[in-house]
Amino acid sequence: MTVSILHRITGSGLAIVGLAVLAWWLVATASGPDSYAVFAKVAGSPIGIIVLIGLTWAFFQHLLSGIRHLVMDTGAGFELGTNKRFAMLTMVGSILLTGALWVYLLGVVK
Amino acid sequence: MSLGDSSTPLGKVRGLGSAREGGEHWLTERVTSIALLLLGVWLIASLLLLPDLSYRTVLEWLHGAGGAVPMALFVIIGFKHALDGMKVVVDDYVHEPGNNFALNTLLLFLAAGGGALALFALARIAFGGVA
Repeated sequence: MTVSILHRITGSGLAIVGLAVLAWWLVATASGPDSYAVFAKVAGSPIGIIVLIGLTWAFFQHLLSGIRHLVMDTGAGFELGTNKRFAMLTMVGSILLTGALWVYLLGVVK
Repeated sequence: MSLGDSSTPLGKVRGLGSAREGGEHWLTERVTSIALLLLGVWLIASLLLLPDLSYRTVLEWLHGAGGAVPMALFVIIGFKHALDGMKVVVDDYVHEPGNNFALNTLLLFLAAGGGALALFALARIAFGGVA
């Protein structure tokens, strides 16, 4: 239930905010060093980093709950215990993956 | 029940029949999700493996086929999957036909426009010179 609605919320967030950031990043790269510097400054600001961490978490959560939905599409994993464990696993997994990625990123870049 | 009849028992009783569409949308959403699973892992891995995320590094990465081709696929399939997914959300929560049509049309225009913009930027990077 929670994971199902999270799938929709993270999907909508990735569709609207995530793709906008991706398009901006590509356009900034195509437009030259000055445009890229503006993007990098905004992305590297505290608010920018919070948004990017949020997008990373949304990406991993949507990816993992998406795999869960694909498994359930085959008719598997509907037993109460299995279903609940799988749902919990997507939430624990997305937080661990987001944490690991950002510990690495912030450690390497700065 | 024949294989070609996808109407539900309740729909049959009410004489509604099947909607005759939607199956392809459902399947496309799944197929694009598997593609994005692979491309998403590629994108994260690429960003982690690049020496840094400076203008120069990103430009050279997307200038080559190894960066430009998967990124073009990620953009096309990503916008398609986003549009398909948002349509499900809109159809579930916006029932008034006029509003539903308006919102779905807006999303279509946003996805087509955003996707075209991103692809144009990518083409400029891939086919432009890296000075």
